[in-house]
Formats: sequence, structure tokens, C-alpha cells
Amino acid sequence: MADFPENLKYTTEHEWLDDSTPAVIGVTDVAAEALGDVVYLELPEVGATVEAGAVVGEIESTKSVSELYSPVSGTIAEVNTEAVDNPEIVNQDPYGKGWLFKVEITGTGELLTAAQYAEHTGN
Amino acid sequence: MGEDRKTPLHDEHVALGASMTPFGGWLMPLRYTSDLAEHRAVREAAGLFDLSHMGNISVTGPDAAAFLDHALVGYISKVREMGARYSMICAEDGSVLDDLIVYHVAPGAYSVVANAANAELVLEKFRERTAGFDVVLEDVQPGQALIAVQGPRAAEIMRATAGLVEDAELSGGTAFDDLKYYACLGMRFQDAPVLVGRTGYTGEDGFEIWVPADKAVALWRALLAAGEPFGLVPAGLSARDSLRLEAGMPLYGHELDTTTTPFEAGMGRVVRLDKVSADGTPIDFVGRAALAARKASAPARVLVGLRGDGRRPARAEYEVVQRGVGTEVGAVVGRVTSGAPSPTLGYPIAMAYVTPEVSAEGTELAVDVRGRAEPFVVVPMPFYRRPQN
Repeated sequence: MADFPENLKYTTEHEWLDDSTPAVIGVTDVAAEALGDVVYLELPEVGATVEAGAVVGEIESTKSVSELYSPVSGTIAEVNTEAVDNPEIVNQDPYGKGWLFKVEITGTGELLTAAQYAEHTGN
Repeated sequence: MGEDRKTPLHDEHVALGASMTPFGGWLMPLRYTSDLAEHRAVREAAGLFDLSHMGNISVTGPDAAAFLDHALVGYISKVREMGARYSMICAEDGSVLDDLIVYHVAPGAYSVVANAANAELVLEKFRERTAGFDVVLEDVQPGQALIAVQGPRAAEIMRATAGLVEDAELSGGTAFDDLKYYACLGMRFQDAPVLVGRTGYTGEDGFEIWVPADKAVALWRALLAAGEPFGLVPAGLSARDSLRLEAGMPLYGHELDTTTTPFEAGMGRVVRLDKVSADGTPIDFVGRAALAARKASAPARVLVGLRGDGRRPARAEYEVVQRGVGTEVGAVVGRVTSGAPSPTLGYPIAMAYVTPEVSAEGTELAVDVRGRAEPFVVVPMPFYRRPQN
């Protein structure tokens, strides 16, 4: 069943954001489920400047490719190299070990609460 | 578009938690849990597939074999009783309308199993081609389900399945243990006759079972129960696609379509220009003249296997290019028809049509993966061949 931790914020593009400093970003279990087994990740470079809503990478599964968006503006502080090496952890633990990148935030796009995201996904 | 049709096993898939997807006019299981886990189960143990969407046309009558020799490119009159043969139906211009399997199920009786999306067209073309032949065509798909057990443990699972038994009256004298690859056998499940073919689309040993629709759920459950100790899992279309790709098998709509003849697809062997009737005269099958001319001329493009050196898979419709400097994209030399990360081999594999000049094994090419040239090399197919014991 879909699981949306209350302490996180969400986007309509199925990303989650933990707004600590720096902010941690990943994809939701709805996204992980829809993608199928993730086999390749392309993440932004550390130090790169990103804009909220802009494409910053790709998530590729056995069957499809999806673009990865940044829900916030800022500077990339860190990327999850373990997930790049072992993309299956995105399916196994999307809110934990399967996080994707961290951003020093300068601005945010439109973010949803867990309840709003649940409504958005029909869960 | 009408609503997608549901197979007799639809509720079973939903109860097992499958993600359902439209495919060829049907709502089919895409995956139950994980594509990769289902794929690996078929390679290492076994997978259970619902293939009830496949078309099934019964061809009977005194001229059944002669009709199929005329309507298809294969030499069907040479298929022995209880044998099976992979074949194709072509248009007059030699293009492929569908690929299919013909089972010789009884004297003068054949079952033709066509792709779901093409089943109606095949039946229509068959009807157009019956002039002068004493045959009866019947769409027998609606009353049936088709369940496949595929994988190295498939035979053991079949033997262990409660209610699935040999029946001397249905078998034509063949024992299940003697059933050969690309042959079929009548068996009994509970009180119903079933047809078992030792055929499949995964590159593994396996069986395909046609069962009356009202027995489909019982057989599905009996196979799952019998298979569990052997590692059998239900497997969806996603695993089916990656399995057939590793096995180098074409998929209609990807490697085969109405712009392709069997020769470009590397399947020229299915075209039997040597077919003759009982009196020794050549059989004039539909597409013969065009295919004979095509065989005699050099192809404009060739289907090849590609192995990726990187981690990014090529996908259908991506362009095959010459290698440039770094990730620079060079001149276009072809197009990918199917591509995926190979779960068994651990690297990307693809099938592609390329110009003959770059089709030799070992040719270093690249695929334009969304603007970046990813290195690929031409390799022989199949990519994967099951271990022989």
C-alpha cells in the first residue's frame, strides 16, 4: 500500500522533500511502484545550481525512462552515489536509503502536504 | 476504441496484486511484484503466464494442410501430427502480417495461434484465402484460456499438478515424458480435455496449456500450488518481453511489421519457396513472387543484436549512429526495435535494423540515448541461450 510519511512534503511529480538543511529529495513509493525496477539513475552534479521545477536528471527502469525534477531552487550539496551504484534501493527504500540528492535551498516551488499528495494520487 | 477485454483469469491477477495494463485490446498483468524477480524466476525456476489474449483459429477439413500451405509462408503439410511449427502470414508484397505458431492437433485439424492484436486480421485474411479449399475456419479463442509454465522446473511442475493427468484417449499415444520441444499432446485436467504444447516465448523449456475457460481458474491455482515448492511465481508481460528479448525472439510491432519481410528480420528460413504439392508442382502461396524476388536481392537493412558497453539501455525507436568523439552523436545508420537492460546478462541489449555495411559482428556503433551517444557493439543473437543438460 502507498505510504506517505507525514513529516515530508511532496510534489505532483511524485518527489518527496525533507526540508532539513540541506533538504533531502527522493521519489515517492507511488513513483517507485509505477516505474518498476529502477536500473539506472542520472543525478545532478554536486555544486550545480538548480531551479524549482527544472529537470535535473533521469530515472530509468526496466521498462521506461522518467525525468527527475527538482522541487526546490538552490545548490546541489550531495548526491546518493550508493543509489547510483545500486539503483534497486530506490524501489526497496524510497524514503530512506533510496534518497536521491540534497539541496541548499534558496527557494521552493509548489509543495504538497502528505494529505494533499495522497488526494492527488487518489490514495 | 472499445473497452479492453478481460481474460478468464482477470480476477486472479487482481487478487495477486498485479499491475494491469492494456495490451492488444486486452487488460493483462504487466507485473505482480518486480519485473526483475519474475524474469529471474523464469530463468532459475519457473514462471506462470496468462496468455489467454492470444488468438486461436481452428482450421479443419480435408484441405486444411493445403490451405495453410497456401495462406502461410511455411511448409505446413510437412508438420507431422502433434507437431508444431513457427510460421508467418504475409501479404502479396511479402510484408509480414503476423507471426504465429501452427499446431497439428489431429488428422486434418490445426490450431493457429496468432498475436492478440492481429488475431482478427489473421482470421479475415484466412477467410479471403479459402477460395478453392475445403476447410472450416473457427475462432476458438473465446471459449478458452491459455496458461504457460516456463522455466527449467516446468516439467516437474506439470507432473506435480493435481488434476492434470495423461489420458490415453486424448494423447494419441504419446507420454508426457516423451513430449518433445515444438510438439503437442492432449491431456486431461479434472474432467476437461486440454492441449499441451511444449512451446514458449522465453528461451526456456516450458509448456503452453489450452484449457476450457470454465476450468482456467482451477488450473491456474493448481499450477501455482504445485509450483510453489519449485519456486514458480506468476509473471507478467514485462518479464515476458525481457525474456523473449534475451532469447532473440522477434515481437510483432517491433522487429516485424507490414514494412518488413521475413528476410530482413533474419527469419528467411521460415519462407519455404521449395513447397510442392503431391504431384510435385510448386505451391503458389500468398506473397511467393515478392518473397522470391526479395530473397534474390541484397537487403537494404538487417536486424542485428547490440550489446551496450555502458549502463544506459537503448529503447525502441532510438536511432543507431556511428560513434563520434566522446558522447557526440554520429551519422544515423539504423533504428532500435527493442531494448532493455538484460536482467540475466547484466548489461543493456537491443535489437536494431541497421544498414548492411555496419551489420558485421563486432562492429562498434552507438545509440543516441536522448542526445548522448552510448557505445554499443554488434553481437550474435540470441543474447542468452539456456544451459543444455
